Amino acid sequence: MLPLNTFWLVQLSLSGGLILATSLLLLKIYKYLCYQLTAQKSLVKQINRILPQTQCGQCGHPGCLPYARAISEGEASNRCPPGGHETILELAELLNEPVLELDPSHGQFKEFSVAVIREDECIGCTKCIQACPVDAILGGPKLMHTVIEAECTGCDLCVEPCPVDCIDMLKHCEDAPVIFSKIHDIQGARP
Amino acid sequence: MSPLQRIQSMLGVGTSLSSRRTAGGIKPPSYKEHSLRSRIMPMPIPPQLKIPVGATESGTIALDIAAGDHVHKYQKLAQLQLSAQGRTSIPVHAPTSGIVSAIEEAYVADHSQQKQVCIVLKTDGLDTSLPLEPAVDYRQLASEELVTAIRRAGIVGMGGAGFPAADKIDSAAHQALDLLIINAAECEPYISADEALIRERAEGVVTGAEILQRASSARRCIIAIESSKPNAIQALEQAIEAQTNITGNCELLLVPSKYPVGSEKQLIQSVSGIEIPSGQHPAQHGVLVHNVGTSYAVFQALVLGRPCISRITTLSGQALKTPKNFEALIGCSVEFLFEICGIDKSLRHKTLLGGSLMGLQLPSDNAAVSKTTNCLIAAGSDELAPPTEIQACIRCGFCADACPVRLLPQQLLAFSKTANNSQLLEHGLMDCIECGACDYVCPSHIPLVSIYKDSKAAIETRLTNHERSKVWQQRFQYHQSRIKKEKDQAPTRTKAVPAKKPAAESEVSASNNGNEQEFFSKEKASREIAAAVARVKARRDESKKAASVQDKSK
Repeated sequence: MLPLNTFWLVQLSLSGGLILATSLLLLKIYKYLCYQLTAQKSLVKQINRILPQTQCGQCGHPGCLPYARAISEGEASNRCPPGGHETILELAELLNEPVLELDPSHGQFKEFSVAVIREDECIGCTKCIQACPVDAILGGPKLMHTVIEAECTGCDLCVEPCPVDCIDMLKHCEDAPVIFSKIHDIQGARP
Repeated sequence: MSPLQRIQSMLGVGTSLSSRRTAGGIKPPSYKEHSLRSRIMPMPIPPQLKIPVGATESGTIALDIAAGDHVHKYQKLAQLQLSAQGRTSIPVHAPTSGIVSAIEEAYVADHSQQKQVCIVLKTDGLDTSLPLEPAVDYRQLASEELVTAIRRAGIVGMGGAGFPAADKIDSAAHQALDLLIINAAECEPYISADEALIRERAEGVVTGAEILQRASSARRCIIAIESSKPNAIQALEQAIEAQTNITGNCELLLVPSKYPVGSEKQLIQSVSGIEIPSGQHPAQHGVLVHNVGTSYAVFQALVLGRPCISRITTLSGQALKTPKNFEALIGCSVEFLFEICGIDKSLRHKTLLGGSLMGLQLPSDNAAVSKTTNCLIAAGSDELAPPTEIQACIRCGFCADACPVRLLPQQLLAFSKTANNSQLLEHGLMDCIECGACDYVCPSHIPLVSIYKDSKAAIETRLTNHERSKVWQQRFQYHQSRIKKEKDQAPTRTKAVPAKKPAAESEVSASNNGNEQEFFSKEKASREIAAAVARVKARRDESKKAASVQDKSK
């Protein structure tokens, strides 16, 4: 009886130990994967915070967040013309890469300006409304459109589709930041 | 203060009161003796005053008068409701009698360098005044009543910041205030307004200090002055002695005479040893600092009942024949003051507001004197070290030794050149007080402070841009969710159309029943058109048949 008992005891303890070891190993692997994922996510978040959020698509991606994802996966970080040199500098510092010049194939850096519609020329085609990435243009079919200046990112996307060329990019007014805070409150109230 | 105590306080040993060591600092020549040669001069009434009310951006302006009104001296003209702090307001009073000719925007001699709304007063030279409020005994008043009186008199920080004095007291009201420091350390070259004020009107300053102590219910009140001003120290000692016999308990403390000991945080450190951390207010540490000019204005407001209509201003510089201190009426033009001092315009190279180290060039010589104009310099060509050739940084480290905030100016310069904002912030650029000590000691004549100012402005725009981009990001997300929602709803809409078909017949019957509350649809329209065509055909056929029948009958 006794030798048999010891045999089973040894068997049980061995198999138990094995199960424990495997589960611990699996846990480790799971934790590592989780860490990798969150690290990737937070990197995208950090890059996105540096990008200017004009959503202009000059980098070749539909918006700043997709470009941030692309950068985190190894795309060049010098393709954002509205951000200019400062954005490139900050990105290079974050990613620990050498500082590059702005890639001219994606456009040139321009001073921040907002779209202004010449309202008596507008025919109400709604093409610019569909092009606006931040819903900053107000108007309806066959009705005059206008740009909410405080919400315009200056992305230029509405200029090209306009069939009568009635949109100008003008320098933005100084008091815009004040209005931004108000918008923030309104957005907070939005359902 | 006995000679022994004075020596002890200068050495920083012994008795309870002794100044502490502070970092950095320089000892530039003071150039104060020229303007201190004569007594404070009352000024003649100028033909015109432009009384600054405030910039339109900083708040809303409520006018009590209109153009064409006749006003008396001490009459309240307007008040500026500050937008930043809801309930506070700064009233403005008439410095003399006359007729308001216009209300316009004009340059003001203060640090904003921008045009402000000014009330233009054509003086009549009669100086008829309203009866002053009867003086009340400030010892009988509660601290809230004192603060209200200070606010009503329109007193702002006379040292240069221009922050409303009553608000400063209010901001510390909910804390147990340990120490009130009256800042008599006027360390920047050329400026001698405070020293002249103390020499001649020390009783007023000390009484004002006592009122401020009562208003802010501070446990202790210390008047801090540099050890290099013996006349002023003597005057203060006498005034304090006279006052201590009655009620007050002000103390005098000598601080080492080095620049910039008169800067708020440096003075606090020098007096109490407390180093106010970056981004915090002295009130959070139980300390409050007021300028002697403010203290004297408080004395005038509560003891004499006079609102703030004048201030002591130093006029100095090589282009003036007789540099002196004036009791300048608020709103008189800089040029008028220079004329009285006998300016030689051919000698004047530039006009500075403030001292030689932190001074700003005035945008216009016709700028109006404001409540914060402490010094005006008409500088000659060889005064104020003309800018020589800028050479490369040789890493001597003099600037780091001189910096009173213990920053590393060399590092900041390197980061400013590469616009490395995160490193600039990490190295404490925002704590730079722009005192100019690093400029002064730099052997390569690098204009460090102006470079830092540019960097600060760039960082601030970067921060506002960041805030803005946050809103854009939010709006982009909202836009995307809206597009997605519309896409999700689109197929259900197309499915709904064929589902309507079998119901169409009942719709037709409904319309036949006279129910016309239904929407336009293509199928229905084509059916109706088809029906109409059929009806027309049928009618034609019928008429043809009838015609053939008639033909037959014929």
